[in-house]
Amino acid sequence: MSDPSESRLRAPRDIAEPGRELVIRPRSGWISIDWRELWEARELLYFLVLRDIKVRYKQTVLGVAWAVLQPGFTMIIFTIIFGRFAKIPSDGLPYSVFVFAGLLPWTFFSNNVSQASMSLVNQQSLLTKIYLPRVFVPAAATGGALVDLLVSFVILGALMIYYQVPLTSRVFAVPLLVVLTAAASLGVGLGLAALIVSYRDFRYVVPFLVQSWLYISPVIYPVSLVPPGWQPVLALNPMAGIIDGFRSALLGLPWNLVTLSISSASSLVLLAYGLFYFRKTERRFADVA
Amino acid sequence: MTAPAIEVHGIGKLYRLEHAGAGSRTFRDLLTEMASAPLRRLRRIQGSDESLEDFWALKDVSFNVQPGEVMGIIGRNGAGKSTLLKILSRIVEPTTGEATMRGRVASLLEVGTGFHPELTGRENVYLNGSILGMKKREMDARFDEIVAFAEVEKFLDTPVKRYSSGMYVRLAFAVAAHLDPEILIVDEVLAVGDAEFQKKCLGKMKEVSSGGGRTVLFVSHNMTAVRGLCSSGVWLRDGAIALSGTADAVVDAYLGASSHAATGTVELKRPRNASIWMTRALVLRNGEPSSVVPMGSELAVAVNFESNIPTQHPRFGYLLQTPEGEKILNGNNTYQQSPQFSAPVLTGSIVCDLGRVPLMPGNYTLSLWMGDIYTAQHIEIEAIAFEVAERDVWGTGQNPPPGSHLWWPSSFQFSEKLL
Repeated sequence: MSDPSESRLRAPRDIAEPGRELVIRPRSGWISIDWRELWEARELLYFLVLRDIKVRYKQTVLGVAWAVLQPGFTMIIFTIIFGRFAKIPSDGLPYSVFVFAGLLPWTFFSNNVSQASMSLVNQQSLLTKIYLPRVFVPAAATGGALVDLLVSFVILGALMIYYQVPLTSRVFAVPLLVVLTAAASLGVGLGLAALIVSYRDFRYVVPFLVQSWLYISPVIYPVSLVPPGWQPVLALNPMAGIIDGFRSALLGLPWNLVTLSISSASSLVLLAYGLFYFRKTERRFADVA
Repeated sequence: MTAPAIEVHGIGKLYRLEHAGAGSRTFRDLLTEMASAPLRRLRRIQGSDESLEDFWALKDVSFNVQPGEVMGIIGRNGAGKSTLLKILSRIVEPTTGEATMRGRVASLLEVGTGFHPELTGRENVYLNGSILGMKKREMDARFDEIVAFAEVEKFLDTPVKRYSSGMYVRLAFAVAAHLDPEILIVDEVLAVGDAEFQKKCLGKMKEVSSGGGRTVLFVSHNMTAVRGLCSSGVWLRDGAIALSGTADAVVDAYLGASSHAATGTVELKRPRNASIWMTRALVLRNGEPSSVVPMGSELAVAVNFESNIPTQHPRFGYLLQTPEGEKILNGNNTYQQSPQFSAPVLTGSIVCDLGRVPLMPGNYTLSLWMGDIYTAQHIEIEAIAFEVAERDVWGTGQNPPPGSHLWWPSSFQFSEKLL
């Protein structure tokens, strides 16, 4: 019988990079992002996302149906209260389709923000017992929520068929809008995750923040309800332009390029700020976690 | 000569600690504190409060490790061993100094970091492996070996939350043992699992360190393991290097020092956030504190304790060990009826009478813990040391044969009749 350890020692060590030198020293101020390190560890991100997806609906009876039920019920409630009772205009579309097209990116965004911001405190051993590119931990939460988003598209499709809302070629902009949503939510999630590591106060802020954010985002109302002069201000909230963009892309409403471009820019600014703030505070994580 | 694999130069680590007693213990304390000094908490968060105390966990530590060298790091708890490993693993950043690592580094400060209870054994192998820095390709290649080493073939597709703790630890260690770094940093992770598996782990460690020219940094309280595995050693005391040299020389010096330091009484500090804690530990010989106990004397271990909540049923336990880390006696009042306090108290003492413990001559350490009925609040590893001195216990001028830690007053009867 061959000794398994022998074969291991003879295994080619092609991954090891001899001559690679790592210098550990105190750093201060803003630290640049080590893209090379992130690229080399990309498989870790893959496994973390895979874990989040697999774990998401383990030991639930309804499983991935929850991804449909949550926005589905929210849509029904919103349609009754805001569509029927409050009679909020919906750009000439059936309110349920209108509100669901807004709920898609909103649910994705809010789930991302809540999960990413709690990801570090919920997995402290990843901070205190091992070194890894920590930015992957909140980022993995986004990957998991992406599955929910895909499932929700199925319901939207069903609604659109039922109300006979035609698809237009604008639908090809959806992937770009999803990327923008992910960028905005990751930016906010990274910043909050880093804050919560030091100041647990913020874990109580997150649910409140997400709830308030819903009202400054055009989920239950159309952007057109806001006076035109204020629309660019509204669009400083990245979700304003993105939700509006989702409606244009999915339901064939005209593009509002002003809000969309302002919101895209603010998504990217949020992401950049989130990344750099995370990076700056990252070196203290294990000390304070 | 090739460049050292690890070059540590003037590494220091500063922590800012709250003074004992400055922290809020109960909700009411918190409210009164906030009422009396509402800005104190904010100032403390910003790090400008005088109640913060500077504490150098490591100070000006320098050493080199040559490629292929296995270095043991020893020292009492709180000497800075783990901080050093965390700095070299890039988990925390040093405050001063610089360290250069030449080669792929893997560190193992805990087994099973990132294991998810809901995932199956197979899924966790890949997850944990990638967290430890393995590539998928490497894991594919070694998967069967990992599973064979852990002996969990049958349960690969079972969620690990259904594993026994032994299986869990075996799988976790197996992943780590199949890392293939050039520099391996290992904290006291071998102190897990059953004795047989520990032996297997030590064997694996030996194989890792002797084959392939790997550089290993190894922290342990187990002096036998340090002697057996390491070629060189560093002894850390209060955050600084007390001695470095060959593993044997450093271990000898460390063991020698720890036996002389004892006076039979040790003052202990309250750990952060403990609700009940020991303030003093004593080794009593016939009721008197003593660091030297002749064989066969009445031995007792005692503590003074304080609590911030009146307590009627404090829990206290001890673990008697050799300096090499071999466990001899383990006792506590959790499983055993004992008269306790008739009314809740805030402070008091506990004397645990061990009787005439038949210890052989040599050095011993006592690790102590104190807790409430739910959890251990204060754990003091190697809290106090004492020496058992030789004595003519049988009145024959002959001593019990060496080779074990205990002697026993066994009696021998002889007869011509066969049984």
